[in-house]
Amino acid sequence: MPDDHFSAMRQSIIDGAPDTASSLAQQAVTSGVAPLDAINNGYVPGMHDVGEQFARGQMFLPDMMASAEAMRCAMAVLDPELKRLGTERPMAGVVVLGTTKGDIHEIGKILVGTLLTAHGFRVHDLGVDVSGEKFAAKARELEADIVGVSALLTTTMRNQKTVVEALEKDGLRTRVKIMVGGAPVTRRWAEEIGADGYAKDAMSAVALAQELMQQKLHTICDQNLSCSINR
Amino acid sequence: MRPKLELLDKPLIERILGEAFQLIEDPGVRVAPCVFDLLRSAGVTVKDGVARIPEALARRLIDLAPRGFCLYDRSGRPAVRYGGDDVHFDPGSSCLNILDPHTQQARPAMSADLVRFVQVAEKLPQFAAQSTAMVCNDVPQEIGDWYRLLLVLWYSEKPVVTGAFSAESLHTLLDLLAIEAGGREALRDHPRAVFDVCPSPPLNWSEFASQNLVDLARAGVPAEIVSMPLAGATAPVTLAGSVVQHAAECISGITIHQLAQPGSPIVWGGAPAIFDMRTGKTPMGAIETAMLDLACTQVGKYLGLPTHAYLVAGDGRVIDAQVEMESGMSAMLGALAGINMISGAGMLDFLACHSIEKLVIDAEAIASAQRLIEGIQPRSDSLAVAMFAQTGLHGDFLKLKETRVLFRKEQHFPSSVIDRGLSDVDGRALDILERARQRVDDLVASYERHPLPPERERELINFAEREAATSGLEGLPGILAPAYTKEPHLI
Repeated sequence: MPDDHFSAMRQSIIDGAPDTASSLAQQAVTSGVAPLDAINNGYVPGMHDVGEQFARGQMFLPDMMASAEAMRCAMAVLDPELKRLGTERPMAGVVVLGTTKGDIHEIGKILVGTLLTAHGFRVHDLGVDVSGEKFAAKARELEADIVGVSALLTTTMRNQKTVVEALEKDGLRTRVKIMVGGAPVTRRWAEEIGADGYAKDAMSAVALAQELMQQKLHTICDQNLSCSINR
Repeated sequence: MRPKLELLDKPLIERILGEAFQLIEDPGVRVAPCVFDLLRSAGVTVKDGVARIPEALARRLIDLAPRGFCLYDRSGRPAVRYGGDDVHFDPGSSCLNILDPHTQQARPAMSADLVRFVQVAEKLPQFAAQSTAMVCNDVPQEIGDWYRLLLVLWYSEKPVVTGAFSAESLHTLLDLLAIEAGGREALRDHPRAVFDVCPSPPLNWSEFASQNLVDLARAGVPAEIVSMPLAGATAPVTLAGSVVQHAAECISGITIHQLAQPGSPIVWGGAPAIFDMRTGKTPMGAIETAMLDLACTQVGKYLGLPTHAYLVAGDGRVIDAQVEMESGMSAMLGALAGINMISGAGMLDFLACHSIEKLVIDAEAIASAQRLIEGIQPRSDSLAVAMFAQTGLHGDFLKLKETRVLFRKEQHFPSSVIDRGLSDVDGRALDILERARQRVDDLVASYERHPLPPERERELINFAEREAATSGLEGLPGILAPAYTKEPHLI
């Protein structure tokens, strides 16, 4: 496939144009382009550009939402093709997301979920007003890598701690990373409650999730190494 | 003439109200099961948790809501009048953190911080009312709502802007107020507190908010709707669109409230904000946020209702020029708009942090705003000619009797927080934070608590100890040491 086609895919993401992104994906499938090539050379670089422009203050949240929607539309075409070919897009990690108990605000969480999905994470959104026990149960069921807990109110922010406690109680804490966010949340608060990270906005949440996955991989490698040595 | 600022003309207000009435009927308003029967009994269709409120019914109920009411101080004197263009200020509410005055770092607020905050607010005449300003992190969360109010009632005589975060805790707060007032009837006749009740945007009255509206209406204690559309996120991106949503949330809240008890006092209030499209934050210091507040309250005034808004808060994380510019500007705008109760002073960092030092600085901005709305008055029969007749062209106005008589009416004299050359120490000009710290220390040092009548004080303590024991709290932080025996001693 010519580079200008990949370039058009990339641009469709930057422009936040779901119809174009979808139709370019369809063309790629029709012309026999490997779906993974389209993803890795076209659409993912587009999302990276969007992330960089957002970080520089040149793109805004509505632009990013549109880009994420364009990415979703492209993947809706490419995912079935990947399955048909018996290949898989490397999955960045499994994330369970939700807004904490007593809080029904979800705008920030939706943004985070959308961007994580666009960046290759498999996201399960538990919705709003979610108890610590529900977070823990879903994390166990899905063998989640990360639990993300949002809170918009100063009063409900304290319930983020109960999620950490519920995961500890369920013996999941060594396997599941916890990230927290929301308007009143600070890095200091995250440290105080024993979360693994804090993200100030949706784009930082993606970077944080990627970093937490790296940490997790290192931990697993270290454990494996330690097991081999002990053996 | 009193200076006044309005952002909407009559045709636009009519359009806003027209669309708001349209919204409450279609798509309707999400309400909790606890008000289904109440709404249905008035002919409202409720299906799948969504109430479709007819305009005619809503208009009839708005007409039943009082045009004004008073909050009373501890002695029973009217101290805050909601209604018309009366303007009052109170500090922001329910903050989790406090800014350390020395490190300028936020840390969790404790009971002792709230006590100090209330003492300072009590001494500042700019604040007609107190608020339950901070969440006390040394008190179990499940009793936090009423505990904040207990500390304010203990240390203050001013009216209080408060609120409950659950349907259950509201009753404990009302019990506390009733003990202090001398019974539920006394509380109804002379309410000292107004309760913020928040719909969840867009157009959703949650279980506890719906229940709070009903319970407050029936208790005869004023409710203050705090609608919080976030323009572009949980509300239309346009300011006018968000004002429509705010109006729809207020009207639907008034409908529930007035159906529960017609004539019970209620306030058209809110904390609208824009949604920052770069950060997802809700900047309270943005000019568009202030414009939303002004426009929303103008719609409430058009309907003849008492009004409230959230202003005088800044978004920076330390006390600096940005925070004070934002706070000062919105204090001026709120006063010019004639908003009955303006909450938010003392707050910074997107309402996530309180600062006692900022509170005393904000008080100066508020004093200037209060002076501004007094306007320019003639003060004497001759504006200038009679004074010139005495001085001629010598211009010796300082000697005139009129000068001595009138300068105090004409000029507002700020405290030492404002640098007018009086605050130098050893020839060095102190910066604003140093001057604010000094002012806070002075106010706390001069604060004197006025106890309640002994039997009422005893009843309040007994009630609080009983309630606190249910959560395992020993003593009453900020009031009584854990080893309390017979006589209260401050800690």
